[in-house]
Amino acid sequence: MKKESLGKILLGLGTGTLFGFFLHKGSASEHHAISGQLRLRDSSVLKIMGTATAVGAMGTQILMRLGLTQAKVKPLNTGGIVLGGTLFGTGMAILGYCPGTNMAAMGKGHKDAVAGMLGMFVGALAFVRLYPSLKPLIEKGSMGKRTLPEVTRTSPWLWAAAISAAMVLLPKQLEGGKVGR
Amino acid sequence: MLIAKRPLGITTAFEETAALAAGKIAPKLMNVDEYEREQGTPKIDWKEGVVAGVVLGSMLSARLSGDTNPPAVPETWRREVGPSRAVRYGAAAAGGALMMFGARMAKGCTSGHGISGTMQLSASSWIFTPIIFATGAFASRLLFGRKR
Repeated sequence: MKKESLGKILLGLGTGTLFGFFLHKGSASEHHAISGQLRLRDSSVLKIMGTATAVGAMGTQILMRLGLTQAKVKPLNTGGIVLGGTLFGTGMAILGYCPGTNMAAMGKGHKDAVAGMLGMFVGALAFVRLYPSLKPLIEKGSMGKRTLPEVTRTSPWLWAAAISAAMVLLPKQLEGGKVGR
Repeated sequence: MLIAKRPLGITTAFEETAALAAGKIAPKLMNVDEYEREQGTPKIDWKEGVVAGVVLGSMLSARLSGDTNPPAVPETWRREVGPSRAVRYGAAAAGGALMMFGARMAKGCTSGHGISGTMQLSASSWIFTPIIFATGAFASRLLFGRKR
């Protein structure tokens, strides 16, 4: 292993540790976090994600304007997004954790999350093996790295503001429909 | 804002670690040369640190608050599907494999697309995130609630 990458690994380890700590503190390391969200019984996961997105969208725009960061926009590969998203959603429902919360659940001691992690590794191996033949399917309908403001020709600030507004207003609506576990 | 500078994700680390392991153990069988020609040579860096960190951070928080030794089969699953450990572990592994395969097709997961991607206003992430929750909710309906 090269020396320069050790610093990066440690930086990642530190960031991951904070992320894992907060996932556990927010009870996202529990099976009912994802399974409850998918059964529309508990909207904690959407609230955590929405809050992070709202704060992060403003932060990203400010940092980008100041030249302190660059966006790493993911490519809009229609085939990969639609097929991958469908497989992902189905797998997540069966597993009951998403990739991040599965790792947090492992840390807490959930044994089914260890099985989930082994399955994830097998899934990754299968992907590596099949990638060359899957590539055309994934890149079908590719539109490159596009952002919502680019597609709609609107200001990114408008989007950041709208997401923040939605996150202030929406939780009350979600709360109204909450049935409990 | 470390997060804004580097995408916070989980599944790329799995893909690259799998490619590294495949390259070491069975490069011919796994067709690793062709994979690397398309995707580049994988390396261990920030991403793998993040994945290990999430396990460590959650473990720390759980120990500090005395929240350890969870039941082997989660409550919802036990009530709605059954108490069998073997069934739960098998399903978790199968679900994990499916989820990871999908994540790599879409180049992201709940963190990479759902949080990092949506905050950068990536169009792809704003399509991916509704799809995973909609298909997940549909699969949940089929899986749970049959006993009622």
